Parts: sequence; C-alpha cells; structure tokens
Amino acid sequence: MSKQLRVNPIACSGHGQCAELLPELIKLDEWGYPVLDARPVPPGLDRTARRAVASCPALALLLSPRRDGRPRQAAAPGGCVRRQRAKDGGT
Amino acid sequence: MTTSGTTYLMTEGSPGTGGQQARQLLPRLLSADGRPAGLPAHLATHGQLPYRGRRGLLIDEVHRSGLTGRGGAAFPVHRKLAAVAAAGRRPVVVANGAESEPLSAKDKTLLRYSPHLVLDGLQLAAEAVGARRAVLYLHEDLPLHGWLGELLFERRSNGLDRADVDLVLAPPRFLSGQETAVVNVLNGGPALPTFTPPRTFERGVGGLPTLVQNIETLAHLALIARYGAAWFRGLGTAAEPGSMLASIWQADGSPAVREAAVGTPLLDLLGLGDHVQAVLIGGYHGTWLPAGQARLLSLSNAALRPAGATAGAGVLAALPARCCGLAETARVARYLALESAGQCGPCLNGLPRIATALAELAGTSPRGPVINDLERWAGLTSGRGACHHPDGAVRFVRSALRVFAAEIRRHRQGTCAAAASQPFLPVPAGPAAEADWSRPR
Repeated sequence: MSKQLRVNPIACSGHGQCAELLPELIKLDEWGYPVLDARPVPPGLDRTARRAVASCPALALLLSPRRDGRPRQAAAPGGCVRRQRAKDGGT
Repeated sequence: MTTSGTTYLMTEGSPGTGGQQARQLLPRLLSADGRPAGLPAHLATHGQLPYRGRRGLLIDEVHRSGLTGRGGAAFPVHRKLAAVAAAGRRPVVVANGAESEPLSAKDKTLLRYSPHLVLDGLQLAAEAVGARRAVLYLHEDLPLHGWLGELLFERRSNGLDRADVDLVLAPPRFLSGQETAVVNVLNGGPALPTFTPPRTFERGVGGLPTLVQNIETLAHLALIARYGAAWFRGLGTAAEPGSMLASIWQADGSPAVREAAVGTPLLDLLGLGDHVQAVLIGGYHGTWLPAGQARLLSLSNAALRPAGATAGAGVLAALPARCCGLAETARVARYLALESAGQCGPCLNGLPRIATALAELAGTSPRGPVINDLERWAGLTSGRGACHHPDGAVRFVRSALRVFAAEIRRHRQGTCAAAASQPFLPVPAGPAAEADWSRPR
C-alpha cells in the first residue's frame, strides 16, 4: 500500500524541518510553508518520510493511505523495493 | 444585510426545459402569491408531515430523486443521509442558513416566505438519520429570529415536530456557513474551519455524527417526501433534476431571488443586453465569464463546467459595461483576504498579497512584473487550505485576469474603460478586527 504525505495546514506553522529532512518530496514556498509532492511516497523514501512526520514540531505532517486506495506499480527510483504489508484499507 | 430590498419573482420557465410544463410547475418552494405562508396555509397546500415511522426509510426516495445539496457543493443528499444514518450513534441535524455570500439572498428569502417547508425538511431529515436534536443555524436577523421562534413554538404545540429544534446565531463572517466552522460554533468555538478528518458526518456536534444541510436542500427534501422522486424529476435535466433558487444581481444593481428549473438559460434569468460586459457565476468564490459566452449557457453544471464555472448555490451577477471589472474584482479580493480565517499559512500570506497586486493592476500605472507575482501567488494559495476559501478566491481572481485582459492592458496605458466610479458589487462594511469570530451574545 503506497502512502501519501499530507499536511494539516492549520497546525503547520512553517518550521520547515520536513523540507530539510525530505527535500525529495517537500519544498518550501516563499513564505516558508511546505509544498508537498503529489506523488505517493516511493518505497525507497518510506523510512525518511516517517522520520519527517515524527520530527514535525507542530505534528502537522501526516502519512496516510492513498485516497484512491490503488497501489501504484511504479518501481522505486534507485532504491530497494521492500514489500509492505497492506494493513490500511483504502476507501 | 437584510432581504427587505429583495423582491422575489418566479421564473416563467423556458423553452429548454419544457417551458409550458415549467410554467405550471413553478414555483415549488416559494409561495405562489408572494406572501409568507403561515402554518394553516402551509398545511392546506402540502398536508401533514409525511413521517416514515423509522430511520432510513426516506433515503431511497431521496436517492431516486437525484437531489443534490443546494449550498454550493452539489453533493448527493442521499449519500450524506446514509452516512449519518449508518454512523451508529444518535446524530444531530443542522439546517445551515448562514448565507454569508453578499450576493446571495435565496436562503433568507426562502425562510421568510416558506419557513414551514424548511422546518418540515429539517424534521424529515432528522427522522431519516435517527436524530432527536436539530439546529437551525442562521445569521443574526432579529425580526426573522423572533418570528421563527414563534413558528417553532406553534409547530411544537400542534405536535408537528418530533425533534427539538434550537435556533443558533452564526457570527457575521464569510466562513460562518462552512461546514466544519458550523460544527465549531455549535460546539462553543469560533466560526473557524477545522482540519478534516474527522468528517462532520463521522464526528461533529458534541462528537456525534452530524448532518449539515443547506436550508433550500431541506425544503426540497420536504417536497420529495410528500410528492416523490418522479415528481421532483418533472423539472430540470435527467442528470441534474429539480428546481433551484437563484440569487440574481441585475446590471442595474437590483437584487432578486427566482426559482428556476435546473437547465434554465441564463438569458431567462439575467438581463444580458449590450449594457452587460460580464457575468459572475457562483458569487465571490465563483467565475467571471464574458457576457457573450454567458448568453449561450444555462444554469446547470453540465452547461457551466466546460466553461470553468458551476451552478453552485445559484448566485448570478451581471456587470454593466460602465464598471471596471478589474476594480470590482480588486475590491472583492480585499474583502475575501480580510475574511480569511487566517489559520493556514498559504491563505494568510497569499490572499492579502493577491488583493494588493490586483489593486495595483486596477490602478493607473501598474509595475510590469505584478501580473507574474499575481499568477505565482495564485498557484501557491489555491488548494492548500483546510477549507476551500483560498481555492474559491483564487478561482474568482484568475477568471477576472482572463475575462478582463483588455482592461488590464488599458490600465497599463493609463486609461480605464469605466465611466462609473461608484462600486457595483456589494461588499459588507466588514468588521475591523478579528473580534467577532465567535458567537454573538
């Protein structure tokens, strides 16, 4: 099951830590707020993404199952492909 | 904002939707004689409330009718009903009459002329989802409130109402009617949107599953419960059945509320002669279209979506040729920026910048790069809030940049086509501070 990054824009106060930890998927806009990559988190970045979520001082970064619930077939860019257990039911 | 100046006129139907038939079938919601319908008159016209006797029984009929929410989002009503009914606990039902859009008057008008249809719909929706508690949520309008309080007492005395109805005042802010803000107010908080999930139908008022429906949607529901889905589908299109109320701001500045079959040509609702340069569809979260394009369109999502607009809550305004569309948009954009809840970084930072850049464009000597800034900020602001306020505001501004492109060029050359300097679109003399986000006492 692929995961998607999401930000709670009310909780986010623009610390910017997420963009430092996960520059592959998160950039900061000109006001310091995160702009998230719309793609699902590639398996190779899964661990880093979870670390970014855990380090957000405002607890504003979330990792949730993809909305459409369809696992993507795309290969991870340059990383090892690990099999993940599909424990989150999609909608 | 009151409806005292708002006349309501019935549409005479249209060739596109079987004009003859529509003429006989409208109005459905508003009283035919133009007078507020009291309880005896209401019961004489429509009969007693058709309670089904059990939770869930009405939902199939609503499903077959194809009724969608008339608050703007056009979400299928049966799906909301089913989700709340299935939530397991005793839910709460909210009739959302916080009509904050300055161009819209249809909910206030409906409450004034056909209050019992709305209150019937509230009771029937409550039964459909198994709620015993209902809320009527409205902007402050003391005469209307006093009167509705009397009507509620009269209904209870006559044994009509099964669910208790509380009247609750909405703070006078643009976002007061946003669904999660409604729940926030009813939970004792300010009228600020919240992050979802949890969705309102899962956890809303008092942590209970909550059904929030627009006032007009509930009135349609009361009619569908009585006359059935096939009757409801007797007007409108197959994909978008029924009638809807439209709030209309004519080019001469006069407002009106009309009931029309979905799919009625805009020409039948708005005067669109040569004196009109553009039409705003969907209010201040909506889309500007050139008048020439609007003349060919009708009031349905099927017709409007390809043009980049939606029927929404049926808000239409015709901009006269003597006004500057750029200056009008800049004024409204400033209002929308001030009405941002200020909770989400992109909206808090983006909307004021966008409004300032628009004001510069609408001035006499805009800097060259201002349009690039505007487009970049629009991209950074849209789709990044907890609610859809930034998305709607950006949609409105972007459509203005397209439709008033010639006006932008004229302003660069130091001229403006507008003969009138009087503001045209209504913008409330907004609250100066953030003081009144919370419930009025």
